[in-house]
Amino acid sequence: MAIDWQPSASFETLRERARLMAKVRAFFAQRDVLEVETPVLGQGGSTDVHLVSLHTLARTDKGQRRLWLQTSPEFHMKRLLAAGSGPIFQLARSFRDGEIGARHNIEFTMLEWYRPQFTLDQLIDETATLIMSLLPSFPGPPVHYRYRELFHTYVEVDPFTTSLVRLRAIAAERAQMPAQSLADEGRDTCLDLLMSVVIEPQLGQQELSVVVDYPASQAALARRHQDADGEWVASRFEVYLNGIELANGYDELTDAAEQRTRFAEDNAERRRLGLPEVDVDEQLLAALEHGMPEGAGVALGIDRLIQLALGKARLEDVLTFSTPNC
Amino acid sequence: MANYSTNEFKAGLKVMLDGDPCSIVENELVKPGKGQAFNRVKLRNLMTGRVGEKTFKSGDSLEGADVMDLEMEYLYTDGDMWHFMKTDGSFEQYAVEKKALGDTVKWLKEQVPYIITLWDDKAISVTPPNFIELEVVETDPGLKGDTAQGGSKPATLSSGAVVRVPLFINQGEVLKIDTRSGDYVSRA
Repeated sequence: MAIDWQPSASFETLRERARLMAKVRAFFAQRDVLEVETPVLGQGGSTDVHLVSLHTLARTDKGQRRLWLQTSPEFHMKRLLAAGSGPIFQLARSFRDGEIGARHNIEFTMLEWYRPQFTLDQLIDETATLIMSLLPSFPGPPVHYRYRELFHTYVEVDPFTTSLVRLRAIAAERAQMPAQSLADEGRDTCLDLLMSVVIEPQLGQQELSVVVDYPASQAALARRHQDADGEWVASRFEVYLNGIELANGYDELTDAAEQRTRFAEDNAERRRLGLPEVDVDEQLLAALEHGMPEGAGVALGIDRLIQLALGKARLEDVLTFSTPNC
Repeated sequence: MANYSTNEFKAGLKVMLDGDPCSIVENELVKPGKGQAFNRVKLRNLMTGRVGEKTFKSGDSLEGADVMDLEMEYLYTDGDMWHFMKTDGSFEQYAVEKKALGDTVKWLKEQVPYIITLWDDKAISVTPPNFIELEVVETDPGLKGDTAQGGSKPATLSSGAVVRVPLFINQGEVLKIDTRSGDYVSRA
């Protein structure tokens, strides 16, 4: 069999990609946001239960150490913020094991930026402005949806009050899954499934869709607050275009103790599921203890945005060499 | 058979689902940025031909199905079974039931190669070639001079199929037919 050595993307696409990357850099330069480059390797990794981190052994000044390939540049960038960097952005190579598909590649480029003193709404506006400046045609002004409202519209259930038993049954039915395959799953898995399979494909079809007020259990590294209905929700947003998730932003958690608790909860959940634990990033926690300025940050899958801007069917169409071809 | 995990699901892989052999048409990873991964999988049920969509938790697995496609020539029918012979020189024969033959029954012609899908060495479906040449055994007399356009009329072919043909076609002519649409293509 012939060895496939050819690039995944055409040269025309790679020229377009370079042009869009230059636009991203110009966008932030104009706004006085500093471009930074942080390490791909770190002594700590992401404890997120649903991310699989790659790691490697390296001979360091402290002898052989396990170093983690970063799933996003978040921890290093937050250490910069705590040290007083001011607003920063990065086009960062990030790694998530096992993620391959039309919208996924194990190694990908994350556009991540942090805005000290920004509210979540200010960052939503800036994210929408950046996305629209890269698209060939204006998709219509962004429309905000609350997580709860989307479930009422598309699934006809309330994500906060519906019983777990009923959520499992509805999720299995709507996703065409055998009922027993969700028997051990919690609320968030059922909600994720309904979000991914039923709701997401409907989002961003006419305009840029911004989703806010996620359940508090899905806060990750975002603060939590009480919404207009008195529910505890995550201070977090996601942006969708053409049914594809493009960006995920947080009103950043700055409380070191709370952050330590969430890392520990993640690792406890990992033990329960029989997944390997991840070394907690003590340097990030020390930085938070020192004090990180309040503010908002967002991670945007720039490969996906380039894919949509150029009208390509698959992520690999905008990558020099996709993971299956690397 | 081996088990295949969701990350090994590729178009064309044959797996068992609810007791039926299926062929994977498409497999897509669905993963919210902060949430569990699932695979949305399109599968064709090889017994019914129907395509359906299912969701699996990433990492779930399905048993492989012992399914293969072989080229065989049609030989004859004894009324109960339809008999085919492998074209690999082995002269090995397979008897096919009416249910497995399905719509292909109307496109059968001796010595023409068909694709027979075997599951556990039993024929479960028969796919005709995309184009086949068949003789008209019955149709209204042809209209002389009408070779350009105009209407169409039914014609019965030697295999039993009835297709719409141009008015100028006569009984005894051999026609090229597209078996996927059942449409007349040209005179052979």
